[in-house]
Amino acid sequence: MAKRRGTTSAGFAVLGVAIRREPLIFTLSTIGSVLFGALTVADAWVLGWATDHVVLPAFENGEIDSSLLWAVFALFLGVALLRAVGIVARRLGAGVMQYRMQAHTRRAVTRQYLSLPMEWHQRHPTGQLLSNANSDVEAAWGPIAPLPMAVGTVAMMVIAIVQMFLADVVMAVVGLLVFPAVVVANLFYQRYSSPLMTKAQQLRAELSEVAHESFDGAMVVKTLGRESEETERFAETAHRLRDVNMRAGRIRAAFDPTLAALPSLGVLVVLAVGVERVLGGATDAGDVVTVAYLLTIVAFPIRSIGWLLGEFPRSVVGFNRVRSVLRATGEMQYGDAPAVRSQAGARLAVEGLAYRYDPEQHLLEDVTFTVEPGRTVALVGATASGKSTLTNLMARLVDPAEGRILLDGTDLRDLARGELAQVVSVVAQTAFLFDDTVRDNVTLGADVSDEEVWAALRAAQADGFVAALPHGLDTQLGERGASLSGGQRQRISLARALVRKPRLLVLDDATSAVDPEVEARILEALRSGSHDSTLVVVAYRKATISLADEVVHLEDGRVADRGTHAELLARSPAYAHLVNAYEMRADVPAESSAEMQEAE
Amino acid sequence: MSTAAGTSMDTGEEIGAIATIRRGVHFSPELKDGIGWTLVLALIASIGQVIVPVAVQRTIDHGLNGPDGPDVAFTVEMGIAAALALAVTSFASYLMTSRLFTTSERGLATLRIKAFRHVHDLPLLTQNTERRGALVSRVTSDVDQVSQFLVYGGLLFVVSTGQVLVATIVMVIYSWQLALVVWVCFAPLFLSIRYFQRKLSDAYSVVRRQVGAMLSAISEPVVGAAVVRSYAVEDRTQARIDHAIDEYKTSSTSAQRFTVISFSLGGVSAGLANAGVLIVGVWLGFAGDITAGTVLAFAFLVSLFVGPVQMGTQILTDAQNAIASWRRVIGILDTPADLVDPGPDGATLPHEPVDVTFRDVTFAYPGGPPVLRDIDLEIAAGTRIAVVGETGSGKSTIAKLLTRLMDPTEGAVLLDGIDVRDIAQASMRRSVVLVPQEGFLFDDSIAANVRYGRLDATDEEIVAAADDLGLGDWLAGLPGGIATQVGQRGESMSAGERQLVALWRAQLADPDLLVLDEATSAVDPALEMRISRALERLMRGRTSVTIAHRLTTAEGADEVIVVDKGRIVQRGPHAVLAQQEGSVYAGLYASWVAQQAS
Ligand SMILES: Nc1ncnc2c1ncn2[C@@H]1O[C@H](COP(=O)(O)OP(=O)(O)O)[C@@H](O)[C@H]1O
Ligand SMILES: Nc1ncnc2c1ncn2[C@@H]1O[C@H](COP(=O)(O)OP(=O)(O)O)[C@@H](O)[C@H]1O
Ligand SMILES: [Mg+2]
Repeated sequence: MAKRRGTTSAGFAVLGVAIRREPLIFTLSTIGSVLFGALTVADAWVLGWATDHVVLPAFENGEIDSSLLWAVFALFLGVALLRAVGIVARRLGAGVMQYRMQAHTRRAVTRQYLSLPMEWHQRHPTGQLLSNANSDVEAAWGPIAPLPMAVGTVAMMVIAIVQMFLADVVMAVVGLLVFPAVVVANLFYQRYSSPLMTKAQQLRAELSEVAHESFDGAMVVKTLGRESEETERFAETAHRLRDVNMRAGRIRAAFDPTLAALPSLGVLVVLAVGVERVLGGATDAGDVVTVAYLLTIVAFPIRSIGWLLGEFPRSVVGFNRVRSVLRATGEMQYGDAPAVRSQAGARLAVEGLAYRYDPEQHLLEDVTFTVEPGRTVALVGATASGKSTLTNLMARLVDPAEGRILLDGTDLRDLARGELAQVVSVVAQTAFLFDDTVRDNVTLGADVSDEEVWAALRAAQADGFVAALPHGLDTQLGERGASLSGGQRQRISLARALVRKPRLLVLDDATSAVDPEVEARILEALRSGSHDSTLVVVAYRKATISLADEVVHLEDGRVADRGTHAELLARSPAYAHLVNAYEMRADVPAESSAEMQEAE
Repeated sequence: MSTAAGTSMDTGEEIGAIATIRRGVHFSPELKDGIGWTLVLALIASIGQVIVPVAVQRTIDHGLNGPDGPDVAFTVEMGIAAALALAVTSFASYLMTSRLFTTSERGLATLRIKAFRHVHDLPLLTQNTERRGALVSRVTSDVDQVSQFLVYGGLLFVVSTGQVLVATIVMVIYSWQLALVVWVCFAPLFLSIRYFQRKLSDAYSVVRRQVGAMLSAISEPVVGAAVVRSYAVEDRTQARIDHAIDEYKTSSTSAQRFTVISFSLGGVSAGLANAGVLIVGVWLGFAGDITAGTVLAFAFLVSLFVGPVQMGTQILTDAQNAIASWRRVIGILDTPADLVDPGPDGATLPHEPVDVTFRDVTFAYPGGPPVLRDIDLEIAAGTRIAVVGETGSGKSTIAKLLTRLMDPTEGAVLLDGIDVRDIAQASMRRSVVLVPQEGFLFDDSIAANVRYGRLDATDEEIVAAADDLGLGDWLAGLPGGIATQVGQRGESMSAGERQLVALWRAQLADPDLLVLDEATSAVDPALEMRISRALERLMRGRTSVTIAHRLTTAEGADEVIVVDKGRIVQRGPHAVLAQQEGSVYAGLYASWVAQQAS
């Protein structure tokens, strides 16, 4: 009981938000709806009037007043035209209000997506965020469509009731018994269907998450031949949704005819009572017709109140899901320091840095090192030792648990919003390309000339294949850059960083899919680049490492050692084991092929 | 031989409305279940709508204006009879609605599942022609649209049509002349329906395009969250999203305009009809053709006629939206699964090492130039092959042809001498496994992801497979062990770890031909060497094709295949190729050695 009242009042609260946001349109469409309602009632009045003054006299007296006939015609038509105006105002207003609210909410939700930190994104599946911005927004504002109509219906009911009382009090009272009956029917409907609606909305979101993930992993599904298992997983949720919908449908099936039958029953009772009263001389035939007709015409619109209330459960669920995004906190705090703009490389200092994903386990602990302007440092460490995490900290995708990172002496957290990206570019380990042109993927909207784009592509050794693409820079790359090979994607994402001429360039294993020759040329270009960037590279290959002035060797989340490549090779067996692994093949003849040994 | 690759997804746009419904019913046969009874019930339910007007007419003519003045007993008896009739028709309406819900939900669940399955049966390249989000919406919200329409719209349409019919019949019985007047007044509305349908169909196709654009704009900051942040392009991204949101709002509003106008036309027609009936009715009364009761009953009948007619026209316009959605779902099913699975008729590969033959294979991506030309290749069963070459030279394309993710444009790929097109997919997937460069993981535990390779594997077998691959130390270091959650797309793991899990999964699948496409590119050298030694041991007696840029793989292979600009330019053992001065391989090897020497 409490739960149901909760849904209804919460539903009105959601509508309240919309009305406060768009008062003008709401008022307009409500006026339209009231106009419509009033005129629908006026129709009944015109009919009653015509019955008493035109039809019955005509049949009784056998004479006809043609001017009266024309008056009837004009009345009916005038009422109909005005009513059409009402409909246009009501429906167009409701539509505009609904679309506007959707747009407001979508803007607000996507603003959150853009400002909430990476950590938040990692906790929320893509499929869920997409349905928050799409179907949840739609569900939340679903009741706006029937709202003006329902408000108009209420107005119409009030007018109808007054008219009925004016016609005949006794018949009016009898007819009015229909309204409480409708309310009771509605309460029952709400009570049984609201939990089902909520469930269905959840299942819809679940279904879209399953489909999203399954299609995302289509290649794995295909290569392992798991199509049937995936279909089963999807079918399981689809069947649950079907069953819930069928149950909700049966309730609806009982509710609709009941709602339709109640006013009809009312009319029948009114007729019986009416005849009785006409017999007693308390009223005349015209009034019986008026009251009966009034009941008939409100019968249909009364359902719109049902539709409105019927939308509430979905709306409340959707609104709450959207609100949980809008209320999410943890937005990054920014200072107001500007970043130094100059041609020279930036100075990077990492001081006592600690980070953990899991509260129990420190991934990085007490990491300290500095990179002087224009110098190159290589981060070397085993798989999963925290190198990418460290680069994420440098891009301020996440903030450290302890310690700090200084850029030219300024803590990254003190920089104003957007400043960091003006001087630091990070190329992530996994290249991410947008479903956009090559040019847009490189510039990301920055104001750079095509020459600069080509220069960056050249430095990334991407100019050759881009020139060979069917539309050059204007070629669309497809979702996640699907039409390129892995190495090609990496080089475009490298060009994206280079075109910005950053003062600090961070490369996270950014050439892993590139063949040795091309990689050598990229390294050459970076080394000889006119720009004196400070460079931090995460690398496994010795050629890349040897480019560095200094190597920071990460082990178990700490800096195990620092020094030049040669120094570390000489004094650290763990380091030597890690980077020399490829050369040691010859040392294990037992596992090499016969031809190999001959070759040695 | 025609290209099998890359038909783009059928939008279904060229199917007409009736054809759409016919195709839809074909794919969801449940929709036809007991349709006859449902229609009978609908007819009975519609009769319920004329009970009241008839009661009114009889009350006026017999109860009020009867020969002996008002007759209460008659009115009460008639009222009871009408109430009973109402109970019967309401029950019929309940039965009909339940049936409609049941059949349409069943039918659409079937359609949804078929479409989902078909997406997975489509060739990789066809899947890639459509955004993931759009594919998802075809099996989710598009189906919901159809279901909404069928159960509410379809139901109301059936009932409304029934009511219009019944109301017309009753009107004709009362007075055919007045019935004619009503129909004439509504004629303009009926005639304009087609026009509005066309307008709306166009308007909604714009709306749907805008929905797609909006969804992909919204997904940008979600899927590209890291890039958007590290390049601080929030403002630009927001501007693009706002633009897409506004476009959608504008196009929806303009579609709404047509609906509203067509709806208000109905109201005007109703006014005309009311006036017409009264005037013509009075005239006819003079001619002595009809009674006052009949004229008044007509007023009620007109309102019964107006309601459903307005409903009906409304539904016909709403239908444009639903039918468009239905088309999109059917469009998936109408897209040919080009890589035809011979199914049970196909050949089965025995569980033993396979040999591979490429016979004059040429391949071009749809609309592009050939990226592989005249590839002739024979790989003996049980050998270890390394494929090397520049990025973009076509190595991954070879891997995809080998595993039949695509079919060649010309020529044929044979396994054990059988054209892959003649091998049953199930057998093919059992024997041949590809590990691509970017290991995709499902949002689940490591164990669940590895088990995807062999569904009946126990936890012990899974752990044992890790030890076999030399991953024991790494696994021991994970706090949650094989129960560790990997996050969506595996993004709570480091890139190298994702590759380890993908490799582990393939190893568990126990393939006869293993194809590794830069499968360990993000793994550190020490671990990579440990894995590659483990694989050498594990793959003994099976065939393996490994694509890698780190030439240690080539050094360890039985044979090296060098691909350059879509052709095989060299093949042979590493030792031999490295000696061929001026060759592509010698160049690659020189760079590699230079790197290692640093
Ligand atoms: N989003 C995340 N949530 C939880 N754990 C993570 C997340 N990202 C990375 N990790 C864990 O942190 C460790 C280090 O990852 P990463 O920094 O990517 O390593 P590297 O780049 O050195 O290979 C890994 O064990 C990984 O599983
Ligand atoms: N889905 C695709 N659509 C169009 N062109 C593609 C697609 N995939 C790859 N290509 C093109 O085919 C060529 C060969 O790619 P690929 O076989 O992936 O190279 P490799 O694996 O040797 O790096 C490249 O030029 C690439 O741009
Ligand atoms: Mg990493």
